[in-house]
Amino acid sequence: MSEIESRGYSRPDALVSTDWVADHLNDPAVRLVESNEDPLLYPSGHIPGAVEVDWTRDLNDPLRRDYLGREGFQSLMRRIGVQPDTTIVLYGDKNNWWATYALWVFRLFGHENAKIMDGGRIKWVKEGRTMTTDVPTYSESNYQARERDDKKIRAFRDEVLKHLDSKGSLIDVRSPDEYTGKKLHMPEYPNEGALRGGHIPGAANIPWARAVNPDDGTFKTAEELRGLYEGEAKLKKDDDVIVYCRIGERSSHTWFVLTHLLGYPKVRNYDGSWTEWGNLVGVPIER
Amino acid sequence: MPDMPEIPEKLANTLDALSMVPDRSERIQLLIDIAGKFQDVAPEVATRPFPEESRVPACESEAFVWARPRPDGLLDFHFAVENPQGISAKAMAVILKDNLSGQPLDQVAAVPQDVVYQVFGKELSMGKSMGLMSMVGMVAALAKRAQEPRTSRT
Repeated sequence: MSEIESRGYSRPDALVSTDWVADHLNDPAVRLVESNEDPLLYPSGHIPGAVEVDWTRDLNDPLRRDYLGREGFQSLMRRIGVQPDTTIVLYGDKNNWWATYALWVFRLFGHENAKIMDGGRIKWVKEGRTMTTDVPTYSESNYQARERDDKKIRAFRDEVLKHLDSKGSLIDVRSPDEYTGKKLHMPEYPNEGALRGGHIPGAANIPWARAVNPDDGTFKTAEELRGLYEGEAKLKKDDDVIVYCRIGERSSHTWFVLTHLLGYPKVRNYDGSWTEWGNLVGVPIER
Repeated sequence: MPDMPEIPEKLANTLDALSMVPDRSERIQLLIDIAGKFQDVAPEVATRPFPEESRVPACESEAFVWARPRPDGLLDFHFAVENPQGISAKAMAVILKDNLSGQPLDQVAAVPQDVVYQVFGKELSMGKSMGLMSMVGMVAALAKRAQEPRTSRT
């Protein structure tokens, strides 16, 4: 049993270790994808063979607040040389925050064969493993993308309102200061991009980064995660859960944890998140 | 109403130079080179653990900033970036330190936070923008505070 398998996850195959990645650097069936918040990181050095997927340029619609469509996703997959059966391994900065965000977007298009490198970029660096500034090129694939399906894992504001009416579970993964609304009022510093502070009524506050071990960025064990989400937030595995943050990126990390590591079958990410809810007229807010 | 002070000429020149590099990849490489020049705060200025009042708010790269008065009454700025992955924060720190230290305080205080977009472009996450803009805001706030009469400081 591998160390990751010993942690008791519902889907241990959703994660790979840095050792596994090191053993598959030259595996043509595996495509390493680095996705970061900091645009300088990938060009300054990355795992050999890894391509970059940038969340602003590659995953978002350039005009509307939305994700790319089928054609955009298809061209992205073709450009990075991915076939439907390619195993995509995502990793990145901020404890894989952006990597899980990219994985969530990939899932919207039904690309199931995607995993996260446990510990992310920082673990690979701390272990002193090889990095390169060489940007690889791969032959363009003939990937045929499906239409994006927003129904299963994405929530929109009207669905969140219905969810409130039905007393569904909500997890706010922002920091406690954002959750309480305190952070909107810091003088001389930029605000959160929302007119009102606070949280969606009934949401429990479990900041996303509590799911990882701060020393090496690896995910906590299933038992520890259950302590957070079932012990503190009182979730049950079959709950209909909506997670949110500010724009849906941090909450995609929690979506990954609940869906893949704890096996929750009904988790949606509200990517409108607080930048939408905190600006909406007339919606309920709690502090 | 008095005219708003301009930003320091040195910073304006650096921003001009960056604007001459419109290619995103080239600019990123230039910023990586700038980040490579980052020097941690000298021990005579501050030692770890750093005080919370020097922490840049909203900066996930855990940047800290200090201002030290010079004999001419102007300020030198010093930075620490605790997150080893905080390469953009390091680049921003180098730009602020090199271009705002020793510059007229009213001009430093007037540097707008959105110079961040002139340095990095607009393809930044909200969190990253906030952290970098907070670095600018904190330097400007330190310059503003240094201009206030001593009796009004708390």
